[in-house]
Amino acid sequence: MSDITKQTLSELVNNIKEKKLSSSEITQAFVDRSEKSKELNTYITEDFSNALDKAKKFDDNPKLDLKLPGIPMAVKDLFCTANVRTTAGSKILNNFVPTYESTVTQNIWNEGAILIGKLNCDEFAMGSSNETSFFGNVQNPIDKNLVPGGSSGGSSSAVAAQLTPITIGTDTGGSIRQPASFTGTVGLKPTYGSCSRYGIVAFASSLDQAGPMAQNVQDCALLQEVISSYDQKDSTSIDFKRNLYSKELTKDIKGKKIGIPKEYRVDGMPKEIDDLWQKGIEYAKDCGAEIIDISLPHTNYALPTYYIVAPAEASSNLARYDGVKYGFRADGENLIDMYEKTRSEGFGAEVQRRIMIGTYVLSSGYYDAYYLKAQKVRKLIKNDFDEAYKKVDAILTPSTPSSAFKIGEKTNDPVSMYLNDIFTVPVNLAGLPGISIPAGHDSKGYPLGLQIIGKAFDEQNILNIAYAMEEKINFKNKITDWWIK
Amino acid sequence: MSIDLKTIKHISKLSRISVDEKKAEKLASDLNSIFDFIEKLNELKTENVEPLTSVAETTLKLRPDEVKSKNLREQIIKNSPKDNEDYFVVPKVIE
Repeated sequence: MSDITKQTLSELVNNIKEKKLSSSEITQAFVDRSEKSKELNTYITEDFSNALDKAKKFDDNPKLDLKLPGIPMAVKDLFCTANVRTTAGSKILNNFVPTYESTVTQNIWNEGAILIGKLNCDEFAMGSSNETSFFGNVQNPIDKNLVPGGSSGGSSSAVAAQLTPITIGTDTGGSIRQPASFTGTVGLKPTYGSCSRYGIVAFASSLDQAGPMAQNVQDCALLQEVISSYDQKDSTSIDFKRNLYSKELTKDIKGKKIGIPKEYRVDGMPKEIDDLWQKGIEYAKDCGAEIIDISLPHTNYALPTYYIVAPAEASSNLARYDGVKYGFRADGENLIDMYEKTRSEGFGAEVQRRIMIGTYVLSSGYYDAYYLKAQKVRKLIKNDFDEAYKKVDAILTPSTPSSAFKIGEKTNDPVSMYLNDIFTVPVNLAGLPGISIPAGHDSKGYPLGLQIIGKAFDEQNILNIAYAMEEKINFKNKITDWWIK
Repeated sequence: MSIDLKTIKHISKLSRISVDEKKAEKLASDLNSIFDFIEKLNELKTENVEPLTSVAETTLKLRPDEVKSKNLREQIIKNSPKDNEDYFVVPKVIE
């Protein structure tokens, strides 16, 4: 059998079903490669020996009709996993071992997959480069000095480096799509309400969504099919008819109307990104799609809106970390002193900054000027998409305004870091699905991604467009295994 | 608009995060550059716009008020930072 870790998820599933490979062989292969790849710092917690035990149990009693039979999988460390440490990349949860399982991961294990470890991420998913993690930055397998994107940076790095066949991330403002774009992988942010938020460490509850990160569109569709479910434990989970995304996947997108929003041609965007976008338009035409110019007039207001809404919700969500019930505690002279020291020592700089922004915009006298204003602009941004979708079936944009940047390059300038999410944030604000697919390389040889944005609950359509374009693009990731000695 | 050190101290109290002088100065500078960026929203007139509170346009579902999980005391206490059997332990609050 050729190198197991080089196989796609779909190939591995077929090989297990046809009994050409066992779960133990596959799990051992990914564990071995992960062991040799410690330099990338993708894992926060490894669960290798348990994984091998579970693989053996699976092989003793294989259930081959499941969708992910005996497939090993590492997941972002933002998903609570029963009896396996879950840190959210933070010191404050360094010793937290959940007693319950997130719905999304439970759906994955129910289909036969096996947890091999928890992947690094920005602290509480607040970051675009994985550099805010308490457990250190992650290296991009494309190049030693590059960030893997964020916040799902451990996830993107692990999939690109083939340490896990597939994974899940979470996306609040671009945290799946931007790292996918930076590592030459595929990442889908589903419609808000498609995947349950139960058991995911909360960042900004009106924006957070879990989604698949994969090496190709087919694998991505299969995992989306597994993780998306209506869940009574999440009050914003939506009960809609879900497709069998991988089975219904088709490259026939003839006559689909794809919108090109002129406002995404932002000032100072590198020519390479513009060229990639033009190439994407040509690929879409080659697939039989019809290209239509559209306008999303409030695009420029999306980031400022996001940097009110997300910190406001975060400041409220993170109030629970007080050193009393779980997590890190610093000793104090009295109760208030203990709270203040715990939070000051337990949270990193970026998380503190966002809690402060959020507290300020929600504080007495400022609520109307900031939070209410942002909610109104959010409505205008959503209205833009509603208008556009009267004319088109999907929207095509670049995923990010640049390729992956160097570790340390943007850490001292929060605003320049935030600008990374300029093309992804509007999608979260409007609650829509968006997928990033690798579409080319820049002059430095770093991958670049294109984003396809869909109507709410229209994941099948954007997966189909991505699937058709993927074939035309025929992207090959340039990874040399430089970290394996 | 400018966020001064006094405001930073006030927000830090509200958010229960202690800050020393050096950290307060850094935060003031960071927050000012972030708020300069946020001010862009004031270009838009929004008097007649309804605020968007949730993109999930569904009314909350009701369910029967039944106990579904019980006897979780051990699980709930399990991750608490101070050793104890039945309670969360905090510094003394009543003299």
